[in-house]
Amino acid sequence: MILSVASGKGGTGKTTVSVNLAATAPMPVRLLDCDVEEPNAHLFIQTEEVRRSPKKVFIPKVDAEKCTLCGQCEAICRFSALVTIGQKLLTFPEMCHACLGCLRICPEGAILHGERLLGEVIQAKWGRHELIWGELRVGEAMSPPLIEAVQGAAVADRPLILDAPPGTSCPMIAAVRDSDFILLVTEPTPFGLNDLRLAVDTARHLSIPCGIVLNRAEPGNTLIQEYARKESIPLLMEIPYRRSYAEAYSRGERLTDKDPELKKAFEQLWRDLEKKLHSLSERRLP
Amino acid sequence: MKELVLLSGKGGTGKTSLTAAFAHILSSRILVDADVDAANLHLITPHSVEIEEPFSGGILPVLNPENCTDCGLCREVCAFLAIADTHPPRIDPVRCEGCGVCAAFCPSKAIRLEPRISGVWFHSRTEKGPLLHARLGIAEENSGKLVTLLRKRARALAEKEPCPVILVDGPPGIGCPVIASMTGADLVLMVTEPTLSGRHDMLRLADLCTKMGIPACITLNKWDLNPEMTESMGREAAARGLFLLSPIPFDPEVARAMTLGKSLTEVSTGPASQAIRRIWREVEDLLGGTIPASHAMKPFPMTEGKAEDSCF
Repeated sequence: MILSVASGKGGTGKTTVSVNLAATAPMPVRLLDCDVEEPNAHLFIQTEEVRRSPKKVFIPKVDAEKCTLCGQCEAICRFSALVTIGQKLLTFPEMCHACLGCLRICPEGAILHGERLLGEVIQAKWGRHELIWGELRVGEAMSPPLIEAVQGAAVADRPLILDAPPGTSCPMIAAVRDSDFILLVTEPTPFGLNDLRLAVDTARHLSIPCGIVLNRAEPGNTLIQEYARKESIPLLMEIPYRRSYAEAYSRGERLTDKDPELKKAFEQLWRDLEKKLHSLSERRLP
Repeated sequence: MKELVLLSGKGGTGKTSLTAAFAHILSSRILVDADVDAANLHLITPHSVEIEEPFSGGILPVLNPENCTDCGLCREVCAFLAIADTHPPRIDPVRCEGCGVCAAFCPSKAIRLEPRISGVWFHSRTEKGPLLHARLGIAEENSGKLVTLLRKRARALAEKEPCPVILVDGPPGIGCPVIASMTGADLVLMVTEPTLSGRHDMLRLADLCTKMGIPACITLNKWDLNPEMTESMGREAAARGLFLLSPIPFDPEVARAMTLGKSLTEVSTGPASQAIRRIWREVEDLLGGTIPASHAMKPFPMTEGKAEDSCF
């Protein structure tokens, strides 16, 4: 079972929900922090680091002795990672998308396998659970392959909870596309609603069922409830707006450790999710 | 003309609220919403769309089944597993990276490359200057290219009609669209909050600024949620060469302004609104003078007392 926690807007509480959901799970789970640009889940968890592995991708390396400057690699590359200047073929590794087109097309075998470090995948134990996260190398632009490496490090022998990056473009898609269910975390503001709509469109585009967790809920503010009703999306949980929660969060404390009421709410959320996911059998990540 | 980019690493720390307040304070400015995935600035900036154009940042392979011999080579050469094992092959646009390798290798020329429309961008008019914004299509790529397009348009406009400043409301994270938002900018303003996550993400973003050689300044939003963390983060930021700006206290007026769909400075003269006006003067100083190579340290101006407990 793969459960993703996502949102269009950043800072709505994805990590709070993911971490507390994992902490209250009735069974051992694997929490995958797929926000590799800014991974935060490990800040809320006492972990024992098990393994740290680098994730590298292909970049072209030119064997100048074999290169005849025929220009075929430059022609196939749509990302300007190879450019002939004068009598020299130059590479721009940071532009490369690792499509391997140059390697395949070169008739002389003059393109060799180089490597670019994308970041690291870190696996850690956390009591009966496990946490896996990715850390994108600062200065690296391409995060989806690292997100896939985080997913690839996880065996789906137990439920996976995926903490997705914000937005609705490639990194978010890479994180959630194989999920059985997406929990969309939002807040009752015009920004929250606007970005929730985008996230719902994304879930529908991917044909993945979704439900809403409303964070920072305020009495009298029914913005999100009305939207959920209109769109027939289940509103699965509301976390009230409290300064004490924000303060606990700032210190890296888990809300379910601080507030028994909230712990009960997360346990109820699990029961609701299990009911929803009852018919779905376990699936492996690709 | 100077270009200021608001970034945060962590999402939801107040980039858009701060951009909108600056936009309100200034008498002339160009606005760019570089969070093309989940654009929000237009929601609190009264505007009218004048130009709307499709954005094509890449290509999409289209298979012509009549020419396809089902040899499977396209599937074999695709590094992104975007070609499904069906007969004839089916190309999955969500997985496709737009490299065109499948088309280049197809022996029967059954794949053609078409421009991929991955969003729309807008040139809108506001009371005090243009707003450039966009909407990236659902599940689309190339957000970095779209950001670059918006910033290029903004620069071109600033050359035509002299404008003192371009305000860029940036995306969260440190990846492709963030790098596209800050490349070549004059100053990065980091808006963060005194939380463990805020701190973690601030340090990574500060490293990115250093790596790209872009001067940066920082303000801590809702600083009074954790005054100790505010102080220690201020020290860490200064040690990394960031200019420290006045912090912003927690103020329920911020949420009220957003709910009204207005900028904070327009509807409030409360503590957060005052802090933002002060911050703009500090930013103006940084943009006005030549920004010194060795970053000066400035003490963190702490305001005493806690903001109201009421609304949190």
